Amino acid sequence: MADFPPRDVAATQALLEAGGYVADAALATTVHLALAMGRPLLLEGEPGTGKTEIAKVLAAQLPRRLVRLQCHDGMDLASAAYEWNHARQLMAIRLAETAHEADRSALERGLYDRRFLEPRPLLQAIEGSPALLLIDELDRADEPFEAFLLEVLADFQITVPELGTIRAQTPPVVVVTSNRTREVHDAIRRRCLYHWVDYPNAARERAILARRAPEVPAALSAQVVAFAQELRNGDAFFKPPGVAETVDWARALTALDRRELEPAAAEATLGVLLKYQDDIARLRGAELARRVEEAREAAG
Amino acid sequence: MSALAPNLLAFGRVLRRAGLPVGSAESLSAAEALSHVPLTDRAAFRAALRATMIHRRDHFEVFDAAFDLFWRNPDTPVRAAGPEDAPPEAAPPAARRAAEAMPGANPPATPAGEPERREDAALTVSDRERLNRLDFEAMSAEELAEAKREIRRLTLPLAERPTRRFRPDPSGPRADLRATIRASMRLGGEIARIERRRRVTRPPPLVLLCDVSGSMARYAQILLHFMHAVENDRARVHSFVFGTRLTNVTRALRNRDPEVAFQAVSHILPDWSGGTRIGEALDRFNRRWARRVLGQGAVVLLITDGLDRGGAEGLSEAAERLRHSCRRLIWLNPLLRYQGFQPRAAGIRALLPHVHEHRQVHNLNSLRALVATLSGAKIKDTGRRDGRPA
Repeated sequence: MADFPPRDVAATQALLEAGGYVADAALATTVHLALAMGRPLLLEGEPGTGKTEIAKVLAAQLPRRLVRLQCHDGMDLASAAYEWNHARQLMAIRLAETAHEADRSALERGLYDRRFLEPRPLLQAIEGSPALLLIDELDRADEPFEAFLLEVLADFQITVPELGTIRAQTPPVVVVTSNRTREVHDAIRRRCLYHWVDYPNAARERAILARRAPEVPAALSAQVVAFAQELRNGDAFFKPPGVAETVDWARALTALDRRELEPAAAEATLGVLLKYQDDIARLRGAELARRVEEAREAAG
Repeated sequence: MSALAPNLLAFGRVLRRAGLPVGSAESLSAAEALSHVPLTDRAAFRAALRATMIHRRDHFEVFDAAFDLFWRNPDTPVRAAGPEDAPPEAAPPAARRAAEAMPGANPPATPAGEPERREDAALTVSDRERLNRLDFEAMSAEELAEAKREIRRLTLPLAERPTRRFRPDPSGPRADLRATIRASMRLGGEIARIERRRRVTRPPPLVLLCDVSGSMARYAQILLHFMHAVENDRARVHSFVFGTRLTNVTRALRNRDPEVAFQAVSHILPDWSGGTRIGEALDRFNRRWARRVLGQGAVVLLITDGLDRGGAEGLSEAAERLRHSCRRLIWLNPLLRYQGFQPRAAGIRALLPHVHEHRQVHNLNSLRALVATLSGAKIKDTGRRDGRPA
């Protein structure tokens, strides 16, 4: 079992590395600080840069139970934190009636017993310590939910009006991710340590590829990375490929028994790399051949 | 650590003066963070400060510029942190700057105000583009008062969207079991009545894309008033203006005082009354902002006359993409008021097939007319995305 929190930045980097996540120095420092200071970690970045993966790897390596809350529009307390089990409560009332329990306060206490509370991810993470709470794609939730999160993120506690405040025995490690489809409120940002997860450079992307898809031949891997890196340069494409897409593409080409990148196979599998029709149309034909050639040269 | 703390506070002040929202909470976090990283590692030092003091990607550039200036000597933090090897009289440059950046000093007048001056330079890279600054001094108090009055009457014709939240409502369509059981407690567990609840609805997010180039310049004043009013009237409004470039003026317009808000806008606006390249501006919006502000059923108000200097290049594609990424794309066109308006200009023809609605704005010279137009009959929101211009 690894130390918690890890001794220093190098130890944190090694921890992520052991879990198959190749982190740069800035990310490793931020993750280390989040663990050492017990603060939530807010990761923002383009889709496909490995934000969620960080949480998964951390959970596996620390090791901690991963509790994942996938956010969506209009998420409310009932789906995020807790819900009273009304059916069982009604049952309890009827049982009390048949047993002729007239004592109201006893009934009230009994009715708002912890037994009738159904924990959802946030409460699970607070109660079931030690846990790692992943609040994924917070930008998809709406503002009222963010306001509720403030208590959880600041004090690692949840207040149930009928029951009282539930505190975490061991504060959970919290990772919040956002794709910026909406700006996350400043109040949330201030409670977190912030890191912008950028696209990796070529060397790091090759390392990630070697980790995630070891079956891909080295030559193909270098060429695929050079190709993807070039697509991210400049503003030509509406949605340049993320790391996840690069990995998928390398796997796809390997599955087609390619040892090197060449235009025909690239064109046939372009949908793995680019997800918008305009981008694919822009790359078809001569442009693709030219870029493949350049990638092969760049990869040596 | 003790020698480092004043430097950290000073650095926090420099960031604050550079316009970043950095308070004492951030400086305290930074101080705590520094006890967890090796101070000899400049990259880790920078990452630690950035993770704790900065909360959004947009502030990275300013932070990095300030960091490089402030912690110019890579040894400074290390020596400042070391207990013995730093002779007290050899104060690091950062400490001197900290003294200069004290709140008492008047920043522009300080002759040795090096950090701030350089900071400003880093902040205003596009200074030269502000060829034509807006002059809002002509705005009379009377006009302002009238504008405010009109704005209060403004109701945008946007159907409210249901959310997944509920509020108590005695005649609501759904039973509220939690409230029912709570109420039954008062009767000793007897359920006398079923409490009810109803879905909360609220207006969708609104994105204003406003053309402020040459041909639209005479409407500019009233349009800015309009944008300012809408911005301060409701939550979830994002305002952009464009000519040859696209500028996000949301934060500037959030200022309650219109004068201050317009001042702020004129400061960040690069091209007032220049040419228009609508296609490029929309394309830029699609790439940089659409994913961030068009979530949750947003409605886009595009205010332009459709006259494009760039020969409408790329406009059709950009408009089509925009239309697909928002719930409704409404085009407000001041040209449409002329009798016998013909969509002859290339820009207009490129734009027209892609908007859900093409609305006329009778007379943009008065806010009253604009408000009246927009408050008109409620648009039936069928949820369909194939609406054609009326």
